[in-house]
Amino acid sequence: MPEKITVKIKRQDGPGREPYWQTFEVPYQPNMNVISVLMEIRANPVTADGKKTTPPSWDDACLEEVCGSCSMRVNGVARQSCSALVDQLAQPIVLEPFSKFPVIRDLMIDRSSMFEALKRVKAWNPLDGTYDLGPGPRVDPETQDDMYKYAECMTCGCCLEACPQVNENSPFIGAAAIGQTYLYNQQPIGKALMDERLEAHMGPGGVGDCGNAQNCVRVCPKDIPLTTAIAALGRQLTWYSIKSFFLR
Amino acid sequence: MPKRVIVVGGGLAGLAATIRIAERGIPVDLFSVVPVKRSHSVCAQGGINAAKNLKGEGDHPDIHTNDTLFGGEFLADQPLVQGMCRDAPAIIDLLDRMGVPFNRTAEGNLDFRRFGGTLYNRTAFCGATTGQQLMYALDEQVRRFETLGLVEKYEHWEFLSLVLDNGPKTRGITAMNIWDRSIEVFKANAVILCTGGPGLVFGKSTNSTINTGAAAARAYQQGVWYANGEFIQVHPTPIPGADKLRLISESVRGEGGRIWVPKNKDEKRAPQDIPDSDRDYFLERKYPRYGNLVPRDVATREIFNICVVDGRGIGGKNIVYLDVTPERSGQPADVLERKLGGVFEIYRKFKGDDPLKVPMQIFPGMHYSMGGLWAGYEDKGDMIVQMTNIPGTFAAGEVDFQYHGANRLGANSLLSCIWGGLESGERSVQWIQSDTAEADSDVYGSELKRQVEFAEKIEKLDGDENAFKIHDELGEWMTNYCSVVRKNDKLDELSAKINELEERFHRINLSDTTRSANKTFGFVRALWDMIQLARPIVKGARIRDESRGAHYKDGFDLQKPESDKIGEASDHQGYRDLCAEIAEKWGANFELPEKKGDISPEFQEYMDKWVEKERRWNKTTIAEYKPGTDGPELSFRDVAMTVVPPRPRIYK
Repeated sequence: MPEKITVKIKRQDGPGREPYWQTFEVPYQPNMNVISVLMEIRANPVTADGKKTTPPSWDDACLEEVCGSCSMRVNGVARQSCSALVDQLAQPIVLEPFSKFPVIRDLMIDRSSMFEALKRVKAWNPLDGTYDLGPGPRVDPETQDDMYKYAECMTCGCCLEACPQVNENSPFIGAAAIGQTYLYNQQPIGKALMDERLEAHMGPGGVGDCGNAQNCVRVCPKDIPLTTAIAALGRQLTWYSIKSFFLR
Repeated sequence: MPKRVIVVGGGLAGLAATIRIAERGIPVDLFSVVPVKRSHSVCAQGGINAAKNLKGEGDHPDIHTNDTLFGGEFLADQPLVQGMCRDAPAIIDLLDRMGVPFNRTAEGNLDFRRFGGTLYNRTAFCGATTGQQLMYALDEQVRRFETLGLVEKYEHWEFLSLVLDNGPKTRGITAMNIWDRSIEVFKANAVILCTGGPGLVFGKSTNSTINTGAAAARAYQQGVWYANGEFIQVHPTPIPGADKLRLISESVRGEGGRIWVPKNKDEKRAPQDIPDSDRDYFLERKYPRYGNLVPRDVATREIFNICVVDGRGIGGKNIVYLDVTPERSGQPADVLERKLGGVFEIYRKFKGDDPLKVPMQIFPGMHYSMGGLWAGYEDKGDMIVQMTNIPGTFAAGEVDFQYHGANRLGANSLLSCIWGGLESGERSVQWIQSDTAEADSDVYGSELKRQVEFAEKIEKLDGDENAFKIHDELGEWMTNYCSVVRKNDKLDELSAKINELEERFHRINLSDTTRSANKTFGFVRALWDMIQLARPIVKGARIRDESRGAHYKDGFDLQKPESDKIGEASDHQGYRDLCAEIAEKWGANFELPEKKGDISPEFQEYMDKWVEKERRWNKTTIAEYKPGTDGPELSFRDVAMTVVPPRPRIYK
């Protein structure tokens, strides 16, 4: 094993500032992940050529791939950096912020657009209230199992980062919000808002903008069958369009 | 200005509080250091307890209450625990209606599994990512209220302090924008702190990196009482790691997982090749009734003793096996995958082995704080549930101290977060109706000035100390001397160490003075508060000369008599007297069994000591911050006992 790990980080001092690259060397320890490498750099922020610098900023929280915070490009791949184990990565390890979101600083990005998208598709059950209204509807285990797959979406943004249709010139909503639309359209209570959700997908930016590159499903850290949701939602939308045409 | 409530923290408690307040038509400002969807509640794996009795076992909310109080060694105020357990079935129904994908039975009903400290299948679950699923359902409900204009989110904002007037009464908060370090004042008629636990005070824990405990520490330094701080839960089964201890859920044992070490210390075979005859399933051996599902404090101490005291850990290291392979757990691989897939994935990704084929390697790690901001039961007609000693400041979730006594039962934390959240929301709405007085306008300006000055002080730190090194030392010392086993001499050394760390804090070199998303600045700001919060934890442990639940003090353990010498506590006259006194104090009506007769001398002696210990120590520790001293002032409050009398906590 090498004694040192070499890491190249694409840095940016703030929103709208020019990005630049810095290289760091960190002593190797067994079982390191990208976050523990960044923590080493943070505690001793000196570049490989011996210059003192500011510690890089990044987002993290759970470190076990359930919170979706620590998304970045690791050796060019959109993923969670906590589960990126050094022993499985080619060196130098290259770390970059996601390119499809505004950079706040260094590896930190602003993903608030993804949460706005969840508002647009009304990804919720319309409850009467939080008081005691008795049990919910029964659900068979197969339906539950299918919903569970989509309910694991962490809004981490990997699917958007990998998608060629998500770019500065396109309003495409992206696979994450499509998965949640499909999930709540299946919910026994959530179905009530199905028409409103499909309406949100009519026109530019909706599910119809998917270019079928299938990158989303390849990078999803939770293995969510996003392309299945895209296809199913496409069919729901077709029926909805026909229905609304005749009702007009 | 219309009345508003501020909720700080967007985990389960914060979201539940927000929903309840918004539902009542009151606007809420919700503050969180991360987008609320990324809060630490997502890490909860195994499930949420409610005695819905869908397995025909005769379970009942009162049995749930009893298990919770017994598991917490009778240190929790009972009326509130009872309220929580009675409302638990309705909370499960609410979550179900929100769309939480709970695992189902063939008929489509909710499925329930076993968890520690109970003999009933009482835990509803979504695979092994229950916390995440509950969070996402509540997150969407909050988003719905956002679109209705009732909730305003301040994500990437960090709580710095309460704004208090001279009453003192709560008038708002100050907070820092993490993205540009600006500090602002926000006005409100009530503030609910739902800011989680203090994992980072112990360095490495199962907690997320955001769980510094800083918010609680800041409120504590402004006069909010910190209660039962010494009760820290060390979870029996995380995977040790360089950056964090990754939790392996208790549900693994609920689904048949078994803890063991080889009988032969020098065993060389791979674990899967070792037959049962050469394995020591030590929990099953010592606790035939509860087996691997003894409460967490008991399991943790047994693992600790096997490794640290007996030196029987695997390969001489602090590691034991947790075996949930189909052969040992008695469940087929596909069923296990459906119920526990979430934890298996974590183990596969971070350890590289498949738990369905190879036993997992685990060791106890800091997990949860039973103690926290005091928001307890007041024996008064006008008592306000979840409110702290500072009027208008509420606490709910792990940051409060109320529901778990000296040891929390697994799958009770998600419940206490949601119940406490909803209650605090409801009570804050009632509180602001009666809050008619106007604040003196200068309280906002002076609090803002205090925070700006503190930030400037940190900005100017240019000494020779490394903040991350100080934090590492704090964590190592707290873990070594204030977790599984405590000793008075070591706690004294630890107190001195904390003073040293505080002194070194003033000589930190802040390696980054920029403004834009400066994470180092935020860490150093929080490190001050972590050091302050360590003190009530350590001092509480030092003063409490007994063992109770998660607090185990060397030399102060009441040796339990052998199982065949254990009789009925109710046959001991001193015990009957104690129960009568408690009943009179709280106006309770305890029904003790008739006295059957004499008891063995061993049990008599044990009970004599036990009654004496209860009289002295069955009390809530209250830590009050005293500026300019090296520790809080401690006092004790009686625990409200209205449901059941305490009894010796013996699991077999």
